[in-house]
Amino acid sequence: MSSAQVDHAAAPPAAGVPTPSAFGEKSGGRAVKDVTARVVMWLAFGIAVVPLVWILGSTLVKGGHMLVDSVWWTNSQSGITSRRVGGGAVHAIQGTLIQAAVTAAMSVPVGVLTAVYLVEYGRGRLARTVSFMVDILTGIPSIVAGLFIYALWVTTLGFQRVAFAVTLALAMLMIPTIVRSTEEMLKLVPNELREASYALGVPKWKTIMKIVVPTAFSGIVTGVLLGLARVMGETAPLIILGPYTKVIATDLFDGLMATLPTMINQDRTEALQPALDRVWGASLTLILLVFMLNLLGRFVGRFSKVKG
Amino acid sequence: MAKRIDVKDLDIYYGDFKAVEGVTMTVEPRSVTAFIGPSGCGKSTVLRTLNRMHEVIPGGRVEGSVMLDDQDLYASSMDPVAVRRTVGMVFQRPNPFPTMSIRDNVAAGLRLNGVKKKSVLDEVVEQSLRGANLWTEVKDRLDKPGAGLSGGQQQRLCIARAIAVNPQVLLMDEPCSALDPISTLAIEDLINDLKSEYTIVIVTHNMQQAARVSDQTAFFNLKATGEPGRLVEIGETQRIFSNPTEKATEDYISGRFG
Amino acid sequence: MTGRSTVDEDPRHPLGGDRASTGRLGDRIFGGLATTSGILIVVLVTLVGVFLLWQAVPSLLKNEANFLLSREWSPSGANPRFGILELAWGTLITSVIAMIIAVPLGVAVALFITQYAPPWLSKPAASTIDLLAAVPSIVYGFWGLNIAGQYFQPVLSGIDGALGWLPVFEDQGTSAKSTLAFAGMILAIMILPIVTAISREVFAQVPTTHKEGALALGATRWEMIRVAVLPYGKPGVISAAMLGLGRALGETLAVLILLSTLSANADWSFSIFNGGSTFASRIAQGAGEFDTPQKTGAYIAAGLVLFVVTFVVNATARIVIDRRKAFTE
Repeated sequence: MSSAQVDHAAAPPAAGVPTPSAFGEKSGGRAVKDVTARVVMWLAFGIAVVPLVWILGSTLVKGGHMLVDSVWWTNSQSGITSRRVGGGAVHAIQGTLIQAAVTAAMSVPVGVLTAVYLVEYGRGRLARTVSFMVDILTGIPSIVAGLFIYALWVTTLGFQRVAFAVTLALAMLMIPTIVRSTEEMLKLVPNELREASYALGVPKWKTIMKIVVPTAFSGIVTGVLLGLARVMGETAPLIILGPYTKVIATDLFDGLMATLPTMINQDRTEALQPALDRVWGASLTLILLVFMLNLLGRFVGRFSKVKG
Repeated sequence: MAKRIDVKDLDIYYGDFKAVEGVTMTVEPRSVTAFIGPSGCGKSTVLRTLNRMHEVIPGGRVEGSVMLDDQDLYASSMDPVAVRRTVGMVFQRPNPFPTMSIRDNVAAGLRLNGVKKKSVLDEVVEQSLRGANLWTEVKDRLDKPGAGLSGGQQQRLCIARAIAVNPQVLLMDEPCSALDPISTLAIEDLINDLKSEYTIVIVTHNMQQAARVSDQTAFFNLKATGEPGRLVEIGETQRIFSNPTEKATEDYISGRFG
Repeated sequence: MTGRSTVDEDPRHPLGGDRASTGRLGDRIFGGLATTSGILIVVLVTLVGVFLLWQAVPSLLKNEANFLLSREWSPSGANPRFGILELAWGTLITSVIAMIIAVPLGVAVALFITQYAPPWLSKPAASTIDLLAAVPSIVYGFWGLNIAGQYFQPVLSGIDGALGWLPVFEDQGTSAKSTLAFAGMILAIMILPIVTAISREVFAQVPTTHKEGALALGATRWEMIRVAVLPYGKPGVISAAMLGLGRALGETLAVLILLSTLSANADWSFSIFNGGSTFASRIAQGAGEFDTPQKTGAYIAAGLVLFVVTFVVNATARIVIDRRKAFTE
């Protein structure tokens, strides 16, 4: 706290001229208010950290022992009931990773190209409309995205509830975050580089592909990883579109595929200890996955050639 | 190799705003022409019309003609991208590509236009760096990032990058304004060497520099605030500096305004 | 990532006049692809609205209850009766509670990070708060129900003892962890990182000259914040609150797990210590039983209302941000 004290020591009028401050003399009341404000701000931060530490702590304590067992990482829940101890989460981990990868594979091209459109090509009304719609997409609740894909995929097209439908809904949530972060990064690329490239007789599309995007590359990757971290923890669309299963599945278009969120959702209402342990274990695994993506994203961001 | 530039009745616009009016001039091959004048008089704008870089700014357009020998740069069949390959440009602030090494920076123009053969690229890189008086300084660290060089070296790297695509004309937009006096001298020496092969047009704020490097000088000025800029007079550098025809030129050169 | 955007207003907007490129094949293909992606997004959002409307209308036409004012929810059978009054109330009250907690707290944390924290702490503190956004919604719900909820019981009893004569604070006999109030508190934690991140961004942009100006007049740090930082950041804070609200309105899993649903014939209560449902939780509850188009349509109708409400909230947030830009640039 003492380091912040320095600044307003310099503020009182200098040179011994008895000019009263525009705020009046630094009376007791003002000093008290100032100190109170400082205490409140520190306290606010303290309060905000409590839930984070608490959640991480309880998840670690209640689910940590599940992750230590190697079975967790090698087995599925095939043949395991709520009463029985045992089985692993490999089916759910694998499902989460597969769906995340497919979601990213769909979202990254659309998201990056849209950002390129907005920054490098877009002018006038269409660009304003696209930008507005990206904002609206950012705000769409995940359950509405799930409901929309259900209305499209199941009700209208008559398909089954499969993993691919889940990835469509997740892509709707991921695309706007990629557009926004990529847009920010592309705007940070100095115009001088575009000019230099044009002046060499390089066509615009090659300038974008070979000069602009590579310059912003690590920033774009950071945005993708953070966006991925966000959709990995999404559960609402999965409840509508991707029912849980206890076995390993890899087919995106046929049958059910387990994920960590649906694994948590499956057993969360159970009263039996083995089932609850699995819920905590799956929660911890999911948090670790999301955190790792987050950290990786921030780490990559450090190598950015453009600075905000 | 080097070509002559003929500008005739050139008007330059940003959207509806006419920035420069009625420019007519001739630039001889293998000579250095300097553009001087107060800030905002349109000399950089004119420079940028000589390789159609003016048009990358939204709303930028021109009327009139710019001929490179007998080719009309603004003919409808002319590809602006091809024009920029023929007329190279060096900018005010050194702008090497931050993701590329020194070697890749110099080779960028060729490589991005489809030249892949390593032996060709290596030869062009060495020639261009030699041409830009930078070879001895960087030959041992060609794979280091271009952004790691000093400001003056970066600017010579940008010149090397520009001449690597083998242009006919080299445009320089205040190439020394961001550099210290020693680096400035190095660039000026380089301009003297380069003029044996290229037609060079340079915009400068520094009148001594114009006097030192150029054969021909063009003085630009605004008619009045809010009016378009125009070419006041153009002529042999020695004459412009010793015995200008126009009163405005004399006032500017003697430091009475600008 | 904060939902901001600039197209025309930004003076640093990159080059790209029409003639930066020509009609070359590569340029046409690449530019076409980029434009197509942009149009795809417009089409997508339009489709969301159209599809939800299209599938909701038949059910709405068959509905025998007032959709906006009824508390009933029996969407199946020959005489479907369903309305969203209870959902709207649950959604509103949990979001309001979340805002009441998260906005002041988020602003205070943002002030801490930008104005009070010593330099070495400022960045880690910001990343720590950001990590709150990385905890999945379902984990918040499960944790709230099984761990944190029990500690809310004494709080509820205390407030009920002191203010229970007010209908809003009347104890309804619902378990503390399953009340609207507690769900709102968990939502507050979930939207805190959003509010903090955007407020932090605008506070960090306050021009140094404004701050030094105030300090040079002899202001204390707190006075400097009041006269320089807060007025400058106000539109940013408003839009941060709106974006947080948008998130709170649509949060599903945490609310679904926590709230105890009301029985069909329960008396209406204005108490925040009652159970209830939100749009999102009701839809998630029904997800397992989307068997007939009529029934599904009822849930889709609820989803459509949620979509429209979040649309309005987010659009407002954007207009506020754009107006701030007009003043500062």
